[in-house]
Amino acid sequence: MNWEPVIGLEIHIHLKTKTKMFCRCPVAYFEGPNTQTCPVCLAHPGALPVPNRKAVEWTILLGLALGCQVPERAIFHRKNYFYPDNPKGYQISQYDEPLCVDGRLAVPGADGDTVVGIERAHLEEDAAKTIHVGGAEGRIHGADRSLIDFNRAGTPLVEIVTAPDIRSADEARRFLQLLRQTVVELGISDAEMEKGSLRFDVNVSVRPEGEEFRTRTELKNMNSFAFAARGIEREIERQIGIYESGGTVDQETLHFDPSRVDAPPLRSKEEAQDYRYFPEPDLVPLEPDRELVERLRGELPESPATRIRRLQGEIGFSLAEGLVTSGRDELYSRIPGERAAVANVVMNELAATGVDPASVNADELAKVIERRTEIPRAAFTDALAASGSPDFSAERYLAEAAIVDASELDPVIDRILSENSSQVEAFRGGKEGLLGFFVGQVMKETGGKANPKVVSDRLREKLKT
Amino acid sequence: MIDTLRVTAEEATGLLERSEVSATELHSAYREAIAERDPELHAYLCTVEEPAGEGVPIALKDVISTKGVETTAASKILSGYKPVFDSTVAARCKVAGLPLLGKTNLDEFAMGSSTENSAFGPTRNPWDPSRVPGGSSGGSTAAVAAGLAPWALGSDTGGSIKQPAALCGVVGLRPTYGTVSRYGIVAFASSLDQVGPIAKTVRDCALLHRIIAGRDPLDSTTVELPDPIEVPEAEDLKGLRIGVPVELNEAEGIEPGVSEAVNRTIELARSLGAEVGECHLPRSVEFGLPCYYLIAPSEASSNLARYDGVRYGLRVKADDIRSMYESTRREGFGDEPKRRIMLGTYALSAGYYEAFYGQAQKVRTVIRDEHAAAFEQFDVLVSPTSPTVAFELGARTADPLAMYAADVLTIPSNMAGLPGLSIPCGLSDDLPVGFQLIGRQFSENLLFRAGHALERALGFDYVPERLR
Repeated sequence: MNWEPVIGLEIHIHLKTKTKMFCRCPVAYFEGPNTQTCPVCLAHPGALPVPNRKAVEWTILLGLALGCQVPERAIFHRKNYFYPDNPKGYQISQYDEPLCVDGRLAVPGADGDTVVGIERAHLEEDAAKTIHVGGAEGRIHGADRSLIDFNRAGTPLVEIVTAPDIRSADEARRFLQLLRQTVVELGISDAEMEKGSLRFDVNVSVRPEGEEFRTRTELKNMNSFAFAARGIEREIERQIGIYESGGTVDQETLHFDPSRVDAPPLRSKEEAQDYRYFPEPDLVPLEPDRELVERLRGELPESPATRIRRLQGEIGFSLAEGLVTSGRDELYSRIPGERAAVANVVMNELAATGVDPASVNADELAKVIERRTEIPRAAFTDALAASGSPDFSAERYLAEAAIVDASELDPVIDRILSENSSQVEAFRGGKEGLLGFFVGQVMKETGGKANPKVVSDRLREKLKT
Repeated sequence: MIDTLRVTAEEATGLLERSEVSATELHSAYREAIAERDPELHAYLCTVEEPAGEGVPIALKDVISTKGVETTAASKILSGYKPVFDSTVAARCKVAGLPLLGKTNLDEFAMGSSTENSAFGPTRNPWDPSRVPGGSSGGSTAAVAAGLAPWALGSDTGGSIKQPAALCGVVGLRPTYGTVSRYGIVAFASSLDQVGPIAKTVRDCALLHRIIAGRDPLDSTTVELPDPIEVPEAEDLKGLRIGVPVELNEAEGIEPGVSEAVNRTIELARSLGAEVGECHLPRSVEFGLPCYYLIAPSEASSNLARYDGVRYGLRVKADDIRSMYESTRREGFGDEPKRRIMLGTYALSAGYYEAFYGQAQKVRTVIRDEHAAAFEQFDVLVSPTSPTVAFELGARTADPLAMYAADVLTIPSNMAGLPGLSIPCGLSDDLPVGFQLIGRQFSENLLFRAGHALERALGFDYVPERLR
């Protein structure tokens, strides 16, 4: 049977607004615990939320970048549940009237685009952070006590929900990387998984191709795109295995251990929790005016997907995707020279140095890349590492280009040979191991700039005669 | 020297302006009155010794957050809680120079109609201490009636200003929803809660309303007032079209003495030049109360979720978080909040939401439309504020539905978001009867004008007979 995976994603992105979603506390995650708080985000009696205008605009901006409709009216709902990190006993979120609906993101691939439907993009507030002390591995079970840091409570969070349109782990990875780059380029979030400013859950099911959807499982806590792709692949195989041996898949949540990629996930039954959603009576409906929506639409930069498609023709999909989703394609375009070579250097060696692509002097770097086979490895690496500094110049590194010209090397070689006649005798008498000695002498003489391979070839030739 | 039973806030302002008394003397006069009469009445939950401000002092219902001054909502769960911030209305009173006299008693979380649901004991009616003052703002209305405060703020969700004002023989305004900030008001039902003034006269009410009303950037549901608040002068009702909704005036359970006093007042209005005609609000009156008891508890069930023992207020220690929540809330909340949390949780639950909360919201639109239709013909609608005069303590505590019925006449216009003024219009069985005037949205100035003209013509003596 031909099994088809069906994958949907739910992504949370922290907006990098100056202040929280419903109060004026600064958004600052790494300050001392409970220093970025006020009566509103601590849910003191009588405190009321006031929406952050910037967060609303940025959500609309993101929705537009994802091809969404922006309805004339959106409302906030209360999602009710008890948990110590949820100070009001409800989270202000959106339910059936979100800010952005019905979008689509075309994700480029080697064999053309995959179109992923965006069901919605809505705005909500994040919870506080709970730290469990004294138990195993910071888990709540067995902990002596729990501490709560409310600095994160009430920070703005956009939730994006895709349609179940994704058909492979690789498509999921490509979608996530493209989405991340889109968000970063809009300037609305750092979208860094390590910092928790981008988080996502994956819904996975499989079905015989073309048939009805089957039971899905939810994969949580994945901390990198590669990890997610691996987790999805394993889950697809697991579900196929179950069906092929006549079993059924249970609807459950798989909690991955972010620190141990290959550890089997913890499983939990999905409790049908009743959140008792109802319209947030402390807030009035949002009615984004059409002028604002059109102004925001006008501010949209060229999408990363468009750039991937454009570069794909000259350097192939993989390099094009890599450059664009790592934010390096602009630098690539600035560096003249042979395209594949430039792309490879920018994507690999240069990326490894950590130099900010925006600060690189492209013309100077181009000279180094062009002659990269001629200069010592160390000099090339040094040049890349220095390419971001304002006084970077190729000249210094090119001066270290290896001497390959025989006419330059021959006089040196001849002098060495005549100065070491006894060793020449010995070599000719069969002690071929002395070649290394001669090469060493030449290298020393040229200050290390000679190309050792050329030197040894010349030496062999001259010693034969 | 100062007869706190008799002096109005406006007169007290005059005394201060003419330096006939100092703010400290005025404050002390009320403190002496409190010392004398409050042990019997229990209008106050706490009092403030030192006046801060040079104006006429004020009492605030204990749902109104006051920085550094205990604010309990008459609940054990908030016992000892001192807010770190002032509510917007408390801040506005401070800016206006009104020193705080103290915080007044109420039904726990403003849930009730008799002030008997206070976790700290009931308040008694100054006209007859064996009777309730009404509620939930019974502490504020009793304080004003007994000369323990020249004026006070209350809050009104289903009738919690108008009904106790009626039962205590004072004037109370429930403002148009969205005209007074709820920032810092311990929430009961967010889409209905409004803070409003309570005073001896309509003019005092207008003066106090002027201080507290207006848009607040900290409360997204507030709006700018279309017109500034005016202190009423006119003594006639010429050109005013008064509608008498039949269903509100002939509702089951209205006492004959109440009807008589209200009908006399309607006749008086006619003699002052008003045109009077009948109108109908059948669905508002039939469905108002049930609809209210779905929407208000639903919102309350969510608003009261924050009292979880984690950050402030009562915490009952337990072995795990779930038991801590359960023990804290079991011990911290009284019966009425528990009853409403359960009602609301049920009404919002999956599978019931559409039939209960969803349906109630639709009915609310019907109620709004029905009132709007009545206001096409009339400027003001009138009725009794409460079907009965003050009842005996304990008379309804065993029967929540009988207690809920106390608000049957105030709830419909509250559901429509409309302003309502209650003025005393006479006595029945030696107890005050309240006359309710309902207006269009933002028509407070008109209500004050009509209320003032009637008040002058009625000549009601607001000092309880036993205290004269």
